[in-house]
Amino acid sequence: MIWNAFAIAVREISRNLTRAFLTVLGIFIGVASIITMVTLGEGATLAVKAQISSLGSNLLTLRPGAVFGQRGSSVGVPSFTERDAETLGEQIASIAAIAPVRMASLSTIYLSNARASSITGTTPIYFQINKWSLAEGRLFKEADLRSGSAVCVIGNTVRVELFGTENPIGASIRIGRASCEVIGLLAAKGQAGMGDQDDTIIMPLSSMQRRLIGKTSSHDINQISISAVEGTNSLDLIADITQIMRQRRNLQSNQDNDFNIFDTRQIAETLGSTTQLMTMLLAAVAGVSLLVGGIGIMNIMLVSVTERTHEIGIRLAIGATASEVLLQFLVEAVTLSCIGGIVGILIALGLCYGLAQVIKVPFNFNTQINVIAFAFSAVVGVLFGYTPARRAAKLNPIDALRHE
Amino acid sequence: MNGLTKTYGLGDAAFQALKGIDLTIRKGEFVVIMGPSGSGKSTLMNVLGCLDTPTSGHYLYEGIAVETLDADQRSLLRRYALGFIFQGFNLLARTSALENVELPLLYRGMSRKERHEKATAALTAVGLPTKLSSTPGELSGGQQQRVAIARAIVTEPSTLFADEPTGNLDSVTTRDIIEILTRLNVDRGITVLIVTHDENVAACAKRRVVIKDGLVESDSTSP
Repeated sequence: MIWNAFAIAVREISRNLTRAFLTVLGIFIGVASIITMVTLGEGATLAVKAQISSLGSNLLTLRPGAVFGQRGSSVGVPSFTERDAETLGEQIASIAAIAPVRMASLSTIYLSNARASSITGTTPIYFQINKWSLAEGRLFKEADLRSGSAVCVIGNTVRVELFGTENPIGASIRIGRASCEVIGLLAAKGQAGMGDQDDTIIMPLSSMQRRLIGKTSSHDINQISISAVEGTNSLDLIADITQIMRQRRNLQSNQDNDFNIFDTRQIAETLGSTTQLMTMLLAAVAGVSLLVGGIGIMNIMLVSVTERTHEIGIRLAIGATASEVLLQFLVEAVTLSCIGGIVGILIALGLCYGLAQVIKVPFNFNTQINVIAFAFSAVVGVLFGYTPARRAAKLNPIDALRHE
Repeated sequence: MNGLTKTYGLGDAAFQALKGIDLTIRKGEFVVIMGPSGSGKSTLMNVLGCLDTPTSGHYLYEGIAVETLDADQRSLLRRYALGFIFQGFNLLARTSALENVELPLLYRGMSRKERHEKATAALTAVGLPTKLSSTPGELSGGQQQRVAIARAIVTEPSTLFADEPTGNLDSVTTRDIIEILTRLNVDRGITVLIVTHDENVAACAKRRVVIKDGLVESDSTSP
């Protein structure tokens, strides 16, 4: 009987391909949209997380100006000195490493390629604090710092823009008015969410002061990067740094801080909760589209069964039992739902794979959402293919026949 | 069959289509049921053909008390004993004549080869041996009705019910259809019940039952 129903169902599907196509389309769109959305959303979440961890979780950045990131808040406020960084490193035990940073934006030229790049002058420990790793060549050392040699390490974006496919190691580039040898290439960190960290040139602080900008005053350090000892309470550390810096900058007790401390751990926590919120939002959107997809499937199924009440009447009249007719409709609904579900999954995976490349997020296959989407559409398809058919099959054959 | 009633609706709005019909039809008879529109003749035929259920009364089909059967048992009775021809043909659209005729055999669980042979034979018997693969849309009204007849007789039913079988057909085609039905009655001994208001159709039958307002008005047998 099941085989019989299957044969009839397959024959009915092949007889009306348009109807079958529309049913499959409804299911397939529902399944594909949900899987695509959730998979890409998760990819984006992963990308943000990776970005945060690439910053370093116990990194603090000290900058002049009362409010972090607000341009103008540092106008007229003195920058730091190298001595500030040394003092902090000596006096606070929970500081693992500390590096003074001088930043400037200068034009860089290699052969006929020119662009403005962000130049960072600092000490070798900076690479460790900011979790930079080397892709090729070497990093500069203490000796380079002492001698103020004209060497620099470049980020991947700078390599791409200036050198294209050429090997940058050993090449000489022009930065501002000096020329400088590229000794190392940094491993790319990526750029999702946080700006392009790879658009950077890092060189010894002394070289930068002497060769590029000229040391005008001792107050030329515009950032101090600090990494804390593992397990340090960052609030305590911030309090210690604040106390010492207030002393060193001669701030009276009635004066506000004229510097700020950017704590990546706090940012990581904030971003973490934002990401969580984003994931929840995505889940909500996915839920709504699942519902909409479900309603689409429901509509097509309802319409097709209403259309087919007459057919049910004919089948009943020539001697089919209600259960045989129902089995046929069930097999049809299951077949179409499964085809729609499988096509939906395949299309979604293809789409995700392609889009993940385009928007540069990792492609992350989530088994759970695939199963949920497939099961939901199958259940909706079967439920709404079967329920109206059951109502029609319960009619007296003559009432079903009258239904045109 | 006696005291058969069929009521539509409930209470004051209730409409009694059959008000107590007593009728006996013997095996092998060729009966026409006539009557004006709304007299209940189609309702009577639907009840007799187990397509509809009576509100009250008794209906004995070859010793089976039909009013006691459930929907599935009535389906089986239709499957094995009854054949139907409708005014509107009621063929499956986009389905070839052969497949339409094979359909009742499919529900009997017959093998593909056997189905094919029987359906082809039935279509040949109604004069359509060349239209096996045509769909209803490609056939004329008369041809569609022949397919419907082939579908009704392919199961070799003992009783054939025809509700206005020629209502949508011209007079020449009507004569063909009636001839086919008469031959089935005479050659195969199939009991034939035809609902019609066409005098030409009625003239072919030996027995004529006239229904009016849900009751048997006259029941005459011509020699």
